[in-house]
Amino acid sequence: MFDFLEDYDLLGAFWVTVKLTVYAGIGSLVWGTVLAALRVSPVPVMRWFGTAYVNIVRNIPLTVIIVFSSLGLADVFGITLGAADDFEALGFRLSVLGLGAYTAAFVCEAVRSGINTVPVGQAEAARALGLNFRQVLGLVVLPQAFRSVIGPLTNVLIALTKNTTVAAAIGVGEAALLMKEMIENEAQLLLITAIFAFGFVVLTLPTGLILGWLSKRLAVKR
Amino acid sequence: MTSVLYDAPGPRAKRRNVLLSVLFFAVLLLGAWWAWSAMSDKGQLEWALWRPWLADSEAWTTYLLPGLANTLKAAGLAMAIALPLGALFGISRLSDHISVRVPSAVVVEFFRAIPVLILMVFANQFYANYTDISVDARPMYAVVTGLVLYNASVLAEIVRAGIQSLPKGQTEAAKAIGLRKGQTMTSILLPQSVTAMLPALVSQLVVIVKDTALGGAMLSFTELLNARKTAASFYASVIPSFIVVAAVYIVLNLLLTTLASWLERRMRRSKKSTGAVVGPGALDELETIGPKKVQAPDHGYGGGVGPV
Repeated sequence: MFDFLEDYDLLGAFWVTVKLTVYAGIGSLVWGTVLAALRVSPVPVMRWFGTAYVNIVRNIPLTVIIVFSSLGLADVFGITLGAADDFEALGFRLSVLGLGAYTAAFVCEAVRSGINTVPVGQAEAARALGLNFRQVLGLVVLPQAFRSVIGPLTNVLIALTKNTTVAAAIGVGEAALLMKEMIENEAQLLLITAIFAFGFVVLTLPTGLILGWLSKRLAVKR
Repeated sequence: MTSVLYDAPGPRAKRRNVLLSVLFFAVLLLGAWWAWSAMSDKGQLEWALWRPWLADSEAWTTYLLPGLANTLKAAGLAMAIALPLGALFGISRLSDHISVRVPSAVVVEFFRAIPVLILMVFANQFYANYTDISVDARPMYAVVTGLVLYNASVLAEIVRAGIQSLPKGQTEAAKAIGLRKGQTMTSILLPQSVTAMLPALVSQLVVIVKDTALGGAMLSFTELLNARKTAASFYASVIPSFIVVAAVYIVLNLLLTTLASWLERRMRRSKKSTGAVVGPGALDELETIGPKKVQAPDHGYGGGVGPV
């Protein structure tokens, strides 16, 4: 029953999924945090740019972004990210770029909502104690903001894990592409789907449970 | 504006902000100039490439509008089928009987954990193997089925949040006048939660519209993104076609988002209802797994047009 699996690199495909998730996750965390900083800054132009970026990117389908990074960035503009002749690596890097740019908009919103959960009274009280700007941020506001951000960020991370399947649209050999190939070649539709579904449950469920527990433990009780 | 992060700016801070504004604006201009020159280097600014989209109706009537119609048809169908299913599972998860609550929770969490593309690919092959749906119609069926399976479980959460967002007094009053559990649900809680859920439902439509593009890229479903491919090869116009299609998606989804936040504001002000509302941002507030408490989402989050 399971012997047909030997012809396919199942673990390899899921490993690509994991790698896509990790790289795009790190990239989107950095870029999303920068965007969030722009959106809460006292400078109107920066706020305007952050808002525009988030509203534009959030409303374009991820599939459009990924396909554009291949047909537009790579083919027309020749942005090959140092992998011009290696099709496999090029697709992977473009996918990380697209996924990161897209997910950053959601990271930005999650971080900003975390900052928004800190009541203004906390900062006012800190200033009343005579703390300077750096101390207000470093000792009072940001620690509380980070703790309430874990929950929303967990949801973004899980959505990103599922979104890596979109990379199949430009031929990156991750789980969804392998599944498509397998069910076309093998007469084991339900079994193959169950295996891949189980794979994603294994990837997302522990993440959700661990980080969900952490966010509950660390959340600031109000 | 005051913020938790900084004070109202004094004269020095004002000067610094103006300086930062100018610097940042210069960086933005530099980026825009770089993109513009890259496009003109590659000949993507030629009027011949833009003409079909901007000055001619043929590209729209032949390719883009039929594609957009398919996108909207798939999204609308998926929403219409997923909503009753979602309501069923959402209510089952609130049941007093553990034999009802646990299985429906397992089903909902299972389908929420799986990428929608996996479900679409499965549905596509399933219809190919076990039904006699024609090859032309199959992508549409597959896309709608995948979207329904995934979104029914998301909508189940929205329905549950809607019911839980109602004040406790509603259930208590229903009990006090002697209504049974079923009557309380059908005549008191559900009708009120429908209005409370509207904003979240509309913003879920945005997610569904965006997911239809997957069917275009992977299952050759002839929706907007797929229509772009056909049109781009016909007019030999790659970058402009992407920009036009992205603009269509942005306008469509911004309209939906604006509608959602307008509905949310209207619900909160409403004199007729309890003021309970599940806003567009509520789903992000829900933790992924485990017993959930729905908090009212804070303003200016998820609407996308609220104050910063």
